[in-house]
Amino acid sequence: MGDFGHTIGLAHYLTVGAILFATGVFGIFLNRKNVIVILMSIELLLLAVNINLVAFSVELGDLVGQVFTLFILTVAAAEASIGLAILVVFFRARGSIAVKDISGLKG
Amino acid sequence: MIATLVFYMFALFCIISGVMVVTSRNPVHSVLFLILAFFNASGLFVLAGAEFLAMLLVIVYVGAVAVLFLFVVMMLDITVAELKQGFQTYLPIGAAVGLVFLAEIAFVGLSWTMAPSAQSNIQAATQADGQNTVLLGHIIYTDYLYMFQAAGLVLLVAMIGAIVLTHRKRTGVKKQVIAKQLARSAKQSVELKKVETGRGI
Repeated sequence: MGDFGHTIGLAHYLTVGAILFATGVFGIFLNRKNVIVILMSIELLLLAVNINLVAFSVELGDLVGQVFTLFILTVAAAEASIGLAILVVFFRARGSIAVKDISGLKG
Repeated sequence: MIATLVFYMFALFCIISGVMVVTSRNPVHSVLFLILAFFNASGLFVLAGAEFLAMLLVIVYVGAVAVLFLFVVMMLDITVAELKQGFQTYLPIGAAVGLVFLAEIAFVGLSWTMAPSAQSNIQAATQADGQNTVLLGHIIYTDYLYMFQAAGLVLLVAMIGAIVLTHRKRTGVKKQVIAKQLARSAKQSVELKKVETGRGI
């Protein structure tokens, strides 16, 4: 069924994905003050999701998983560009990107 | 044998650089480790046989997104020490949440089974002799055309949004406005003055 090779299987890829996802979640909590690193953690989360999708796609021999990964890549790129644009605008307005200042935006 | 070793190398470096992204003191180092993580992930994709996505990861993520991050990190004037103040206080709760998450995923991983109908639900089967890129192209441009167009639309909206957000009118910058130049006539711009002898204007 699988097409990974002799000794490497689906479980190996899923483990890498799970560890990367947990690292991303850990990073969001660890860098509460730094929006840029929070954005990078989100990129890590999306990368972990992509690894999972590709692993299942190869395991099942179904290419649709890779099409989904393509879509996630697109959305991740869009999200990063918009997030960084908001960050730049916020920095211009406030002169700082500390998260505690951003929370003052809530209505 | 060699594939196994290469897999473990890519996986190890991917995870290590992922950890370094979230623990680095300097955001620039974080971006560089993010690039390393993406490179190693694309290596994993190549090993799995998803070559097109591996190249896409390198081109889109390393070439565009990571460089964008690098630009923004260097453009903004960030004091590193200030941003890292809460590092020690957030470490226990972050580690706790991360470990809980990992444990939950591990429980799922230990107890799941593939659905019996999974094999019969395959939409676009990979072929043994087919190239990954060719096969992906065949289904993206036919069965998943609307999704492909939607992806393009998402990128367009993101591009317009980023431009609208960051574009501003600067004051005090001298710029050529061609319409204004063409609208001028000799009457508006040339003035004849009679200068009396021995005096200035």
